[in-house]
Amino acid sequence: MLTTGVAGLATGTVTKFDVDRIRLDFPILNQQVHGKPLVYLDNAATSQKPRAVLEALRRFYIADCANVHRAVHLLSERATTAYEGARKKIQKFLGAADEREIIFVRGTTEAINLVAHSFGKKFINAGDEIVITTMEHHSNIVPWQILCEDKKAVLKVAPINDAGELIVPELEKLLSPRTKLLSMPHVSNALGTINPVREIIAMAHSRNIPVLLDGAQSAPHMAVNVQELDCDFYAFSGHKLYGPTGIGVLYGKTALLEAMPPYQGGGDMISSVTFEKTIYNRLPYKFEAGTPAIANVIGLGAAVDYLEQVGMNQICAYEQDLLAYATDKFERLPGVRMIGTAREKASLISFVMEGVHPHDIGTVLDQEGIAVRAGHHCAQPVMDRFNVPATTRASFAFYNTRREVDALVEGIEKVREVFA
Amino acid sequence: MPDLRELYQELIVDHSKRPRNFGKLDGANQQAVGYNPLCGDKITVYLKMKDDVVEDVHFEGSGCAISTASASMMTEKFKGKTRQEAEELFEVFHHLVTGGAEKDSDTSGKLGKLAVFAGVSEFPVRVKCATLAWHTVRSAMRGEQALVSTE
Repeated sequence: MLTTGVAGLATGTVTKFDVDRIRLDFPILNQQVHGKPLVYLDNAATSQKPRAVLEALRRFYIADCANVHRAVHLLSERATTAYEGARKKIQKFLGAADEREIIFVRGTTEAINLVAHSFGKKFINAGDEIVITTMEHHSNIVPWQILCEDKKAVLKVAPINDAGELIVPELEKLLSPRTKLLSMPHVSNALGTINPVREIIAMAHSRNIPVLLDGAQSAPHMAVNVQELDCDFYAFSGHKLYGPTGIGVLYGKTALLEAMPPYQGGGDMISSVTFEKTIYNRLPYKFEAGTPAIANVIGLGAAVDYLEQVGMNQICAYEQDLLAYATDKFERLPGVRMIGTAREKASLISFVMEGVHPHDIGTVLDQEGIAVRAGHHCAQPVMDRFNVPATTRASFAFYNTRREVDALVEGIEKVREVFA
Repeated sequence: MPDLRELYQELIVDHSKRPRNFGKLDGANQQAVGYNPLCGDKITVYLKMKDDVVEDVHFEGSGCAISTASASMMTEKFKGKTRQEAEELFEVFHHLVTGGAEKDSDTSGKLGKLAVFAGVSEFPVRVKCATLAWHTVRSAMRGEQALVSTE
């Protein structure tokens, strides 16, 4: 289907990327909405699923459905093999040192909550500080607020500039001997900004501060290697990575995960239980209480296989090309202002339009078959920073095309007509 | 298929661009804040009640065309109405935008120009936009202190 390696990225061309063939892998894309071809540009909210994922889910339920890590029967063995096989795939996909560092959770939100509860319980005390940024999704704000309130700790927020870029020297000033954790997005969901995380992680580590990366918006768009980044935790959601809903991953360095207490108690997370003393299971099971989302884990494994087949570097290069094409068009749209113009951006455009509220833009575009997100994107502090109540966000995936960008631009002209 | 022109009628677009009774109200004796956490829309409704009658009503805040026009036209409609008439209008309007109104019923008579919001019923996700100001004014009238939320 595609050339191997990263030729497309190296030469700056994406000529080998056959998007029309890619689109055939996503059956949902081939439909009409309000009588128009569907143009799905809400990928930052959730992305569509390739046949390979749907087939993996179907196969599990039709042929292999059983609980994992328990019974001696064949179906359970097949389910366990597939489940643990997916863990290995994800370990490879993230470049983690050990598969035991891959914890299955419901999504990025649960991953961050797990760290807030468990790491927080063990390592955060009164007067300690946790640093986040202005560009957070609410899921990387609220768990820390709850923890800080509980522990009498202090939450510090690093500012961003008018382009939506983190002001790194200001972040550096916030790192103090009291800072116990830096938790920040790899890529901003509302602005698209790609943060210089390697540099920031090194800066934090020089002060012995561990770093959690919210990878919800980076894992789907670029090759991520947690060992190269040297992040201490990395969280992402399966459903944004072309996998099923209800499944996500927390990566954590072994030493940290070993030192942390369990998050939830129950089956699978124990070695032995008596009323006097319970011995917790080893990693990663210590953090996976109860029957996990087995089918979804296997589906996520299939998504990772699919993405590796297409190539994360090819995906990144193609999306960057599409973003450049869209940005050029948007810069020439009168009365339209992009919110988030960082030099390093993932493939999304957040914008406001003079005199028209994002909700109305969303409704008009929907009538044109175009799905975008209108609202605060669960990032109200970002909206406040730019002094807008909401934005319209078009977020691209590697199955989107220049034709669809053109349709979006035509849709915006239609918005202008309605509200002229 | 729902039609955009049904939703964004000329009157609605006009009120959204030039909202009437917009801004603080001198001498207001009751007010409430309404909030739609899904989209961040926030409006404040100011009421000047004299005995049981709405003497004047204003609103301010930011919102989409539907919520702004609905607030604007609500303020026009409510002036001079008694508390009970206002409560009745709330019910009729709510019925209209949630798709309950029948075309030949007398509801359109009661609502007058507000009948242009009938198109909203074809766009279920926009019902909250259309009703935000109405929930807020009702709360102000009842003297409820809590922030009104559509959720």
